[in-house]
Amino acid sequence: MEIALSVRNLRKTYDNGVEALKGISFDVNQGDFTALLGPNGAGKSTTIGIISSLTNKSAGDILVFNRNTDKEFSVIKKDIGIVPQEFNFNQFEKVGDILRAQAGYFGIDSRTAAVRTEKYLKLLDIWNKRNEPSRLLSGGMKRRLMIARALVHEPKLLILDEPTAGVDIELRRSMWDFLVDLNRSGTTIILTTHYLEEAEHLCRTIAIIDHGEIVENTTMKKLLAKLDRETFILDLANEQNAPVEIPDIAVKLIDTTTLEVEVTKKSSLNEIFKSLDGKGIKVTSMRNKTNRLEELFVNLVKNGSNGH
Amino acid sequence: MRLKEQLIAIKTILVKEIRRFLRIWVQTLIPPAITVVLYFVIFGQLIGSRIGEMGGFNYMQYIVPGLIMMAVITNSYSNVVSSFFGAKFQRSVEEMLVSPMPNYIIIWGFILGGVARGMAVGALVTILALFFTSLSVFNLPVTISIVFLTAIVFSLGGFINAVFANKFDDISIVPTFILTPLTYLGGVFYSIDLLPPFWAAISKANPIVYMVNGFRFGILGVSDVGLIETYGMIAFFIVVLYFWALYLMKKGIGIRS
Repeated sequence: MEIALSVRNLRKTYDNGVEALKGISFDVNQGDFTALLGPNGAGKSTTIGIISSLTNKSAGDILVFNRNTDKEFSVIKKDIGIVPQEFNFNQFEKVGDILRAQAGYFGIDSRTAAVRTEKYLKLLDIWNKRNEPSRLLSGGMKRRLMIARALVHEPKLLILDEPTAGVDIELRRSMWDFLVDLNRSGTTIILTTHYLEEAEHLCRTIAIIDHGEIVENTTMKKLLAKLDRETFILDLANEQNAPVEIPDIAVKLIDTTTLEVEVTKKSSLNEIFKSLDGKGIKVTSMRNKTNRLEELFVNLVKNGSNGH
Repeated sequence: MRLKEQLIAIKTILVKEIRRFLRIWVQTLIPPAITVVLYFVIFGQLIGSRIGEMGGFNYMQYIVPGLIMMAVITNSYSNVVSSFFGAKFQRSVEEMLVSPMPNYIIIWGFILGGVARGMAVGALVTILALFFTSLSVFNLPVTISIVFLTAIVFSLGGFINAVFANKFDDISIVPTFILTPLTYLGGVFYSIDLLPPFWAAISKANPIVYMVNGFRFGILGVSDVGLIETYGMIAFFIVVLYFWALYLMKKGIGIRS
């Protein structure tokens, strides 16, 4: 399988002496949907900045579809679409003009630019805003405008830096559907997000960056398999006043109708339900206490912090 | 990027720049027109009638080329400095930086935008001048080439100013403290032959003297400096400023972290 993005020993030290990246390396295969996660200030945006040429690297190599950015950045840029974290379009320009101009910067003729502008504004559901100045759009619409703009030259690799920040649930889910379809059609996607539910839902591979270093780079399945215990919240049908005990399982009564159970890989949910059933306790619903990826992420980042 | 793609890219920036200054015509086209009309009325008609002839022409005719050139210089400079700084400020410059456009296409796109506004304002001022005096063109190729090349020089100046500017105040420092004094002392309102020899020699270090006089030669056929020196001076500034701008873009100064 061809590698869409290969980051090799990438280093960045800013003029003020801050070492944002300490020689990170990771690969993203063509067709992957990859999450690049990390706490604030971990180096995610710096990495994206360097890949998109907006930040100068201090050392290392970046290969996009086997081309080195040091030698063929002009060719490479045609393959990359960037959706930055902050709004970076002219607030006074009309939505349609922003997309047509972006196509022009990539050398796309005006007829093709017009066709693609219509296509992507319709796909992102902001075609009816095409003649409005961008500053009049809502926050969610502005995010979608930036996605449409990043796609107008039809890149093979799309990098989104927190595309759903500040977007309501309904819109976020429609953006997820759009990105999943885009990935299925062959576009490799790299996503940074603070919503770990989003990363778990969308991404098949994951790279976690912390303090300028990669602390994990694997598939989502393998990473989640590392989780040796999960905490579930059980809602009970009847009030329970006495403490509940199940052999080898940590159980905590949160309130009279809510139970918290910690399930290790060695135990099974069947045993828990059997035991509760034996005590006459009926469970009406069950949910994870926290997102599984969130639990892992917190542990990984915490371990990383301890080492610094 | 292939040549055809580069041409599309440069046309995109140029069209965008023209649209920008036409969209805000009240700020970009009307103020220079009003300023120049005031110059025509006060210096040309009221004071000029008492000054008499200069270089064989009445005072109004003598100052018209300089005033046109002054408008071209100011507007080509301010178009690029405000547009490029605005793009930096709003971060929309990133749209260009992530594209495959080479740096020289970005520079020339903005420069041509500045030239377009300089020429548009120059044409407007020329039309207004015709309400106050009669004008005939002595040498059309010289007139057109001098005004075009001068607009390039000051568009490049505006571009470099914008690259270094970190706040809005920074884009008015050069026009206020350098451009305006040099323009006023650049022979717009007088022939440098009227100055004492020392000050006349000092004036010849002012590049605007060459541009104003070169343009005046194109319109009236009179000049305080030679045509070859004029073209040489303009070419020198274009080359120096262009490679400076290119260097700044390559290093990413003010635009890349």
